Amino acid sequence: MKNRRQSTLLLLLLAGGALCAVMLAGALQPDAAADFSQKNLPPCLAHPFGTDWLGRDMLGRTLAGLSLSIRLGLLTSAVSAAAALALGTASAALGGWVDSAISWLIDLVMGVPHILLIMLISLACGRGFWGVTLGVALSHWPALARVLRGEALQLRQAPYLQMARRMGVPWGRVLTGHIVPHLLPQLWAGLILQFPHAILHEASVTFLGFGLPPEEPAIGVILSESMAYLTTGRWWLALFPGLTLAATVSLFALAGERLRLLLAPASAQE
Amino acid sequence: MSHRLQFTAKKLVRMALLLLGVSLTAFLLMNASPLDPLQTNVGQAALGSMSPEQIAKLEEYWGADTPAAERYLSWLGSALRGDLGVSLLYRRPVLEVIGQRLSTSLWLLACAWVLSGALGLGLGLLAGANRGRWPDRLVRGCCLTVSSTPAFWLGLLLLIVFAVWLKILPIGMAVPIGGGQATLLERLRHALLPGLTLSITGAANIALHTREKVVDVLDSDYILFARARGERHILRRHVLRNVALPAVTLQFASIGELIGGSVLVEQVFSYPGLGQAAVSAGLGSDMPLLLGITVVTAALVFGGSLTADLLYGAIDPRIRKGAAAQ
Repeated sequence: MKNRRQSTLLLLLLAGGALCAVMLAGALQPDAAADFSQKNLPPCLAHPFGTDWLGRDMLGRTLAGLSLSIRLGLLTSAVSAAAALALGTASAALGGWVDSAISWLIDLVMGVPHILLIMLISLACGRGFWGVTLGVALSHWPALARVLRGEALQLRQAPYLQMARRMGVPWGRVLTGHIVPHLLPQLWAGLILQFPHAILHEASVTFLGFGLPPEEPAIGVILSESMAYLTTGRWWLALFPGLTLAATVSLFALAGERLRLLLAPASAQE
Repeated sequence: MSHRLQFTAKKLVRMALLLLGVSLTAFLLMNASPLDPLQTNVGQAALGSMSPEQIAKLEEYWGADTPAAERYLSWLGSALRGDLGVSLLYRRPVLEVIGQRLSTSLWLLACAWVLSGALGLGLGLLAGANRGRWPDRLVRGCCLTVSSTPAFWLGLLLLIVFAVWLKILPIGMAVPIGGGQATLLERLRHALLPGLTLSITGAANIALHTREKVVDVLDSDYILFARARGERHILRRHVLRNVALPAVTLQFASIGELIGGSVLVEQVFSYPGLGQAAVSAGLGSDMPLLLGITVVTAALVFGGSLTADLLYGAIDPRIRKGAAAQ
């Protein structure tokens, strides 16, 4: 690869392309029909991922599940990144009791393990699609919010911001003109890095039975169904859907990591 | 010494407030749940064939007719006296259930905690010290892959390979089926796969963060100066010391994720621990138990961060002196 900027761009394009392809494939293809003459086939040419106990093509189910997961992941990570930006900057800009309250809230949410918190929120919404969506969206902001708050607090002490304040620039302008643009690289990278987490947690909570209903072809549903068939040696039911999920997620994790390095001024020129 | 005590006292008060917040939040969330405990546990068909008196009796048992504020306050009152209520599913005191489940989980959690910390720190140091070369690439590639796989799927894979194909390790549970009194060796054999799954997922995260810190430290001016002076053993004398602080933070912060991971892993391996109890309590609308588990888990996490805060002073002389000077 020629240089890091080009390879990062390529990676981002690849991730975006994969995203669109999977979403299109998931949206366009018809529901995998049950065909009992084709049931329990190990992977072959006609069914690269094999078929399940109802004779449904696992490739189609995986793509449909992944497409749903990606849409959910995008939505939830966008919501939690926005929440993190709002709370992080408010905490740093307003200071005083607002800062204490937000820090307390961050500590509070971080004190409960993600899975448990998502389970609780999902219960509050009566499980299902909205339960898992809200659960993932409302539990992922604290880490990013803490990073952004720390950054913004440090920034407040920066000489050029002190100067701007002394020269009478109002807080609102300092916030939108100086602080937020400075936080954007962190925010973008945080957003992309949160995306895989969101997908993984969505799959995990669905796997536990608190998420999407069994008739939805979500990855978590597919994997938890496959558990019942593991002991009879149908490994393909768990292996391929999981691998596709892992590949998608790691593509995004990698792209986010590269973007973070590139956007941070200290490491951009390496 | 007085400032240490003061610091600890302040942290303890904060922890108590946070626990109160966690219990209230968890209670409100559970209270907001539209799922009817009767419907989930008794079933529509059974409810239809019951007399209104029986239904009223069940409603009283599941506490469906008491106002929320009253329920929370009475729960809080007895919780302060050390009584977390009675589990509705297990029909035993919540503390007893949690104690029993936690003692099963604790081995798993402790092993995974130590193993993931040691492994993560070692791999992170290895990768950071060899930045850009093949050990770095290898460690980072593996860690990124592992951290992009769901913990439960990793468990499933290990299960397929070791329990179904190779048949060298048991497929689940904490003791052999119908085994009565299990020996320590058997318990270890059953804890091996879940423990391994948890350790691998934990170690990947710690290794990636440690690597970043090591790279930061190696880029610093004092390392450049040390190199210019021709110092050797830079890794041991400078890097390790400066990485110790974030490593401790990471290690204690990983408790929360570890418990979260154990919820999944215990479900995969049918390991009768705390995580599995949390899932069945959640699915069965057993509010006292779920509330109890949430509070106990949060207490463990906050206790971890308190320990980390106290350890900072012991590790870093600057923090110790800074606190004394105030």
